[in-house]
Amino acid sequence: MLYSQKVLDHFANPRNVGEIADADGIGEIGNAKCGDIMKMYIKVSGDVITDVKFKTFGCGAAIATSSMATEIIKGQKIEDALKLTNKAVVEALDGLPPAKIHCSVLAEQAIKAAISDYYTKQGIDPTSIVGEIPDCCEDCH
Amino acid sequence: MGRFIYADNAATTKLSAEVLNAMMPYLTDNYGNASSIYEVGRSARRTVEKARQTVAEALGAKTNEIYFTSGGSEADNWAIKGVMDILKDKGKTHIITTNFEHHAVLHTCQFMQKHGFEVTYLEVNSEGYVTPGQVENAITDKTGLVTIMYANNEIGTIQPISEIGEVCRKKGVIFHTDAVQAIGHIDIDVAKQNIDMLSLSAHKFHGPKGIGVLYIRNGIRISNLIHGGAQERNKRASTENVAGIVGLARAIEIATKDIDKKAKEISEKRDYLIENLLKIENTRLNGGRNRLPGNINISFEGVEGEALLLMCDLNGICASSGSACTSGSLDPSHVLLAIGLPHEIAHGSLRLSITEETSKEDIDYIIEIVPNVIKRLRSMSPVWEKIENGEQKSLL
Repeated sequence: MLYSQKVLDHFANPRNVGEIADADGIGEIGNAKCGDIMKMYIKVSGDVITDVKFKTFGCGAAIATSSMATEIIKGQKIEDALKLTNKAVVEALDGLPPAKIHCSVLAEQAIKAAISDYYTKQGIDPTSIVGEIPDCCEDCH
Repeated sequence: MGRFIYADNAATTKLSAEVLNAMMPYLTDNYGNASSIYEVGRSARRTVEKARQTVAEALGAKTNEIYFTSGGSEADNWAIKGVMDILKDKGKTHIITTNFEHHAVLHTCQFMQKHGFEVTYLEVNSEGYVTPGQVENAITDKTGLVTIMYANNEIGTIQPISEIGEVCRKKGVIFHTDAVQAIGHIDIDVAKQNIDMLSLSAHKFHGPKGIGVLYIRNGIRISNLIHGGAQERNKRASTENVAGIVGLARAIEIATKDIDKKAKEISEKRDYLIENLLKIENTRLNGGRNRLPGNINISFEGVEGEALLLMCDLNGICASSGSACTSGSLDPSHVLLAIGLPHEIAHGSLRLSITEETSKEDIDYIIEIVPNVIKRLRSMSPVWEKIENGEQKSLL
């Protein structure tokens, strides 16, 4: 398994690990049976994601994609964070082995799940804004 | 920094300097083809036959029962396909094996099924063993071959080979064992242990890669897997890999010398490592205690194996895992699933395989590093968080 230097860096020194006690939105994606779960916490002020933290159970790529995705969306407007694609995460990490692309999909979905939870907590139906978030196992299996 | 501890000897071992020295002349000046008539060829032939004798002595076999192959996988493929090809004409179309064999056996058996053979996959118990009784009960009039690994490559459990061999002998069924992980690590005698066929590979005991042996007891008929020449008594075509053969012979000679003493010493280090790693909470040892001297396989709840390996690697420790992420498939190791582990626990497994070269200092370093790695990964694991909070029950 060949990982890029950037993946190894984000694995060895992951950014934004942890929890946010008074998070405005929490999203959890994945399944321990499949070997990966990502949980993301966001803090929102106005329409900006002011803080983001994650916890991940998974392989090196799962940890690195979580780290990179949180780094990208921190300080972004929600509408911009929603535009984050798994492809962008892969590119920011200088690529991922083909078998690990699904990890980047999980990272994208975990962010969407957290934003979706934020809207739900605000009393806003998230489906029209965030769209459907598929179950990871449908997506990668 | 700069520490390097190789604890993945079940994957492959370091070529011993002594073995390399023995091989060197055959990679340089003595390049003759062992089938050639002139002196450099004849000298290669003598070397190959001397090596064959060394291997035979190490296994308790006769010289003409040793066939060199390209490695363990070829030996397994040849044993199963070659024997069943002969036996099918006598109406023997049934093979018995286990559900936790190496893929060289499992995938060959699946191939045989596609070609009309019937295969029984005996289930190993939760400790990683099959019993002679299971084998006996599975044998039918159509059974031609029983193939059961000597010791498992992931969890190291040693099967009751002599007893299984006895059952097969009694029932008139050929018994093959994939001993790739066991040879050179524990004492094996094919004659005393009722073994009809045995596969081995040199690189698992400090020999070179790309060379192995299939031992075939005299009297067993087998078709060729590789056609195209008269080498290996017409049974396996291909110009002899003289340097590899010499390396294999030297390596097996070194490995089997004082083998019981070495096995005992390595087992003591293994047990010390196991006891210390089991001090980490929510951890289990995979496989029973009757296991290869150098094999340690432990699952750590709430962490994923590949991340564990990467973090060990960052600390200079080379190990292996049964996690799906390291297998290239979606499922974790079939061995860990065969002993009944849930997927979640199988993903979090770590295999360490040590040798006589692994020092006490190396082991103490592993004991120092692994708990920190587990702690770090658990601190970022949402699964561990739930187990710690009591929101989720431990699966151990």
